[in-house]
Amino acid sequence: MMVGGFVSAGTPTNLIHALKRRGTRELTAIANNIGFGDQLDVLCEDGQIAHMITSFAIRASTSKWSRFEEQYHRGEVTLELVPQGTLVERIRAGGSGLGGVLTRTGLDTVVEEGKRRIEVQGVDYLLETPLRADVALIQAHRADRLGNLVYRASGRNFNPLMATAADLVIAEVSEIVETGELDPETVGTPAVYVDRIVRCDPIEVRLEGM
Amino acid sequence: MAGLTRELMALRVARELRDGMVVNLGIGIPTLVSNYLPPDHGVLLQAENGILGYGAIRDEGGFDPNLINAGGQRIVLRPGASFFHTSDSFGMIRGGHVDVAILGALEVSARGDLANWSIPERGGGSIGGGMDLAVGVRRLIVAMEHTTHDGRPRILERCSYPLTARACVDLLVTNLAVIEVTADGLLLREVAPGVTPEKVEAATAAPLVRSPDLREMAL
Repeated sequence: MMVGGFVSAGTPTNLIHALKRRGTRELTAIANNIGFGDQLDVLCEDGQIAHMITSFAIRASTSKWSRFEEQYHRGEVTLELVPQGTLVERIRAGGSGLGGVLTRTGLDTVVEEGKRRIEVQGVDYLLETPLRADVALIQAHRADRLGNLVYRASGRNFNPLMATAADLVIAEVSEIVETGELDPETVGTPAVYVDRIVRCDPIEVRLEGM
Repeated sequence: MAGLTRELMALRVARELRDGMVVNLGIGIPTLVSNYLPPDHGVLLQAENGILGYGAIRDEGGFDPNLINAGGQRIVLRPGASFFHTSDSFGMIRGGHVDVAILGALEVSARGDLANWSIPERGGGSIGGGMDLAVGVRRLIVAMEHTTHDGRPRILERCSYPLTARACVDLLVTNLAVIEVTADGLLLREVAPGVTPEKVEAATAAPLVRSPDLREMAL
């Protein structure tokens, strides 16, 4: 599954908690961050996540351990770390019918291991492959009944990209309006991408940051 | 270790910025820089989570989960701000549209290699936007403590921790000194008030060349 959000911004908190209640296990999760104070970490309480593809997982600058980190060190979960810009482009490729992307990010680092280096017009790039998911859990501010989504401020982040790259896209929104009530100029995710809309009151979270 | 506080390091870094620059601030000391720009500044601050044109870190008022910097801290918007999704945000970064990145570091090498995302003893790590910024921005400034908590140098002949990117750092601002990474090696340009060049050299595990106009930092 893909889970939208960037720390507190645009995180489908209600959907994450619903998934915790449902108890689905052996999940591979693709998300920007999982760590101390992050909502996604609640799924580790009952060991629901088996594999994590993420950009931000274990923060060297804090001594506090998330549940994810405890399970990572016990060998109960596995981790693929991906640079943030590469993560989002792999998702975009997965959602838009592309066979991958070429980026200079990660050259001469551990990120390069096992990847093809391709020269284009005299510049070296890494070939990064597409990412797709069975389900994407995303968050937006407002939806219409057709499934068009409007985002607020930096609540966009990964959400519009993940909406394109999963077989089933479930959006948590604060408000659902009648079709025709959204200004087409402001739609951030067109209805074609969205399968389910859930209206939820936002869960108040005050995060300490990553 | 004597020298500058985190706040004074942020103040010194802020002096490197000019009106019209697009600047990304990493987590840690760099995020403090937004609080040391003059109120009427013309710097455009970019946050990976999709904001161009934010202002200082906000300690008061309510918490809007969607108005944060990349470190999750509350921020204020300035006139002319804009929002965009993560693909646009990193297109901006990799595409050379961000002039300066200010990042924290665990280690920096004599030729400007950067290691800032993983401590092997701890395992895992957090790459975040660091690798993209290191290859994409025009100028990379590192703001960090000169040594570790137990006094070991962080500026080394070569990095021992996993790299963020090779030969990407242009300027180092530490609690002890301002050091420029040049083709001929590390150039000691400024020392913190009360800190001697000898003390900086003793805390650095790579050759330092003293600049002909080496001076004390003006704060």
